[in-house]
Amino acid sequence: MTSPSQQVPAVRLTGIDKRFGAVRANRGATLEVRQGEIHALVGENGAGKSTLMKILSGALPCDGGTIEVGGRNVTGWTTAEAIASGVGMVHQHFMLVPTLTVAENVVLGREPVSVGMFDRARAMQDVERLCEQSGLMVGADRLVADLSVGEAQRVEILKTLYRGARILLLDEPTAVLSPPEVTELWKVLRRVRDGGATIVLITHKLDEVMHVTEHVTVMRQGETVAQMATKDTTPEGIAHAMVGRAVDLSVREGRRAPSTANNTSTAPALEVRNLVVRGPRVARAVNDISFTVAPGEILGIAGVEGNGQTELLEAIAGLRASTSGQILLGQRDITALAVRDRGDAGLSHIPEDRHRRGLILEYSIADNLILGQQHHYQRHGVLDAAAIAANAAKQIAAYDIRPTDAALAAGALSGGNQQKIVIAREMSRSFSALLAAQPTRGVDVGAIEFIHDELRKARDAGKAILLVSAELREVLTLADRIAVMYGGRFVTVLSRAEANEEILGPFMTGAKQESAA
Amino acid sequence: MSLLLFLAQTVRIAIPYLFAAAGGALAERAGIVSLTLEGFMLGGAFGAVLGAHYAGSAWIGVVTGVSAGLALALVHALCTIRYKADHVVMGVAINLFTVGITRFFLQLAFGSSSNSPRVVGFGADGTAASTFGFLLNPLVWLGIIVMPALWWLVQKTTFGLRVRAVGEHPQAAASVGVPVSRVRYVAVLASGALAALGGVYLALDQHQFTDSMTAGRGFIALAAVIFGRWDPLRAGVACLLFAAAETLQIQLQAAQLIPSQFVAMIPYVLTIVAVAGVVGRSTPPAALGRTTD
Repeated sequence: MTSPSQQVPAVRLTGIDKRFGAVRANRGATLEVRQGEIHALVGENGAGKSTLMKILSGALPCDGGTIEVGGRNVTGWTTAEAIASGVGMVHQHFMLVPTLTVAENVVLGREPVSVGMFDRARAMQDVERLCEQSGLMVGADRLVADLSVGEAQRVEILKTLYRGARILLLDEPTAVLSPPEVTELWKVLRRVRDGGATIVLITHKLDEVMHVTEHVTVMRQGETVAQMATKDTTPEGIAHAMVGRAVDLSVREGRRAPSTANNTSTAPALEVRNLVVRGPRVARAVNDISFTVAPGEILGIAGVEGNGQTELLEAIAGLRASTSGQILLGQRDITALAVRDRGDAGLSHIPEDRHRRGLILEYSIADNLILGQQHHYQRHGVLDAAAIAANAAKQIAAYDIRPTDAALAAGALSGGNQQKIVIAREMSRSFSALLAAQPTRGVDVGAIEFIHDELRKARDAGKAILLVSAELREVLTLADRIAVMYGGRFVTVLSRAEANEEILGPFMTGAKQESAA
Repeated sequence: MSLLLFLAQTVRIAIPYLFAAAGGALAERAGIVSLTLEGFMLGGAFGAVLGAHYAGSAWIGVVTGVSAGLALALVHALCTIRYKADHVVMGVAINLFTVGITRFFLQLAFGSSSNSPRVVGFGADGTAASTFGFLLNPLVWLGIIVMPALWWLVQKTTFGLRVRAVGEHPQAAASVGVPVSRVRYVAVLASGALAALGGVYLALDQHQFTDSMTAGRGFIALAAVIFGRWDPLRAGVACLLFAAAETLQIQLQAAQLIPSQFVAMIPYVLTIVAVAGVVGRSTPPAALGRTTD
């Protein structure tokens, strides 16, 4: 692959169709990627990006269309054939076996063998050499279960390189990384690209597209709607193509300054004192945390996932028992209250996982809208259908939930509209403090805008909001004060004015710590 | 000398457990729940007696017994791997089916609802009765090395690496081209053969088949797998421990110091304690019993 390669695209997908039951994930999608470039594939959730990449990597068969790699028609190939031809996929959800070592994971399926036995020593050597060549440093003999998320991702990339991948497909690789890890990833990808490889990057972060890619392909509802050179476009242009209308990007880009809270004199609406919470693996997932949130203030908690944020919010919400410490709502100690009583006392909760905690997907929109408040929608022990229907009609209109049929099961809605149900339910009740965990996770650009506005409105109405987000950008956009959580503690608490990505990054990785109040 | 007797009896009792637990450990490491061990053992025992009776050879009995185990394992593998049936439901079904079908063929072949006529075993008649006569049985030696051999297979071979990967994260294994289903078929079939060998040993040792003769040994073997945290060597130790408890029970019962009902409980109480996790939490293979890929 030397001289004619400039003419022949590394990848050409034409007219790709893919159905899952009634859903058409890909409708005549096309993609053309040049040799040796970094190419972005962007689109909202459910636009069909991942499906298209799975088809290219042989993990899914397509219903129609052709796949060409290096000018060769390879339509309908298998994962094994794709790997053998140098196409490697780095999945969004890591495809690693936690109980095996790094070396074992890397060589799995292509194990070095001597005398019929697995040659562990050679596997170790090969992987160590590959680490050095690629700059992806990670101990070959470590258990994958012990790795950080960033390290696990390096192992994923090593896996594809070990198989001789010349075309790398990465599905939202930065979603789980801290800022320094992201910087490191770009360095590695450029190095791999300079070594002659072609890279396709699925992302919905437009700054990444602008930062590292040469070309960008935009998908919407299973179709390819735009292909352009990155240097000839703008984030606004890409967003417009993604959503199909103009989007106010300042919300996402964090340029709009949050209004400063001017209520230092008032008593806190939510207070946590010396809270210790047990996690699934560690005894002190939340390790002696104290803080207050004032009325009309958003306290944002930044940090890489898995540093105790989940446990902290679940403990405050009453979903997880705390080991010691106190939780106060206004003046009232709610530490021992049941979840429902906390809600009635004025605590709202947008849970981080809307499928596991936030919604019952089989229930109707109307029923989901009263979940946890059903005792307020009854008469003589019987659910009050009229009141439930009235509430549903009101919330569906107020929060623009689509489709508008209240009898529809929540599971039939898009991620963004599902999240709107949760937001509507939690923000329409009377509350003084709101816990918002990953409020815009897996939600499209338009809905993010809407949800951010709702959170700001609640803040301006004097509510106290505790926001947890894996997206540092989101915390910077919304919060008045920012705490960074690492290893179960707040390693720093800064005002919005003092904070930016460069300052928060080292705290998020644990490289920097200071005693925080 | 009495210690030696105790050890000899322990090993003798442990052999069927060792075979069945080896089968259980292998299948479960590949992600397939092994409630079926009981059925595989019983099928193996009946198959062995059938073969030994008609051919007059213990070796033919081994072959027919293992074949019966393989046939049952194939059904289990097809249903759980190909048709994604629930592993536990399938396990119960296989066990009940085996009890029924062995009873049916017992009646058909031997005209009895309780037991088969006497068949040949390993070792000349008479030696089996003496304390160490069982050492002439090649299955005993196979049973003693089965766990170390399985450990070597799981830890040191490419197949073993793939079994571990498939049981922990089948999607990950599939994404790098490991043939997940094929690995699982091999593991389940091997587990059927191994567990059947446990039944073969039981039947040939007693020189006959009796209705439901495995009497829950498959479940105790599964308990040993869990107690051993799915590691063949530890599971082997657990088998020996359970066998020792059973030996103790037999000897205490003979001594009549404690009411025999309590003594009879010893192996089962030990099993419950072990599985309840008193001796440390054990984490099963992550994909164990998951039917949706």
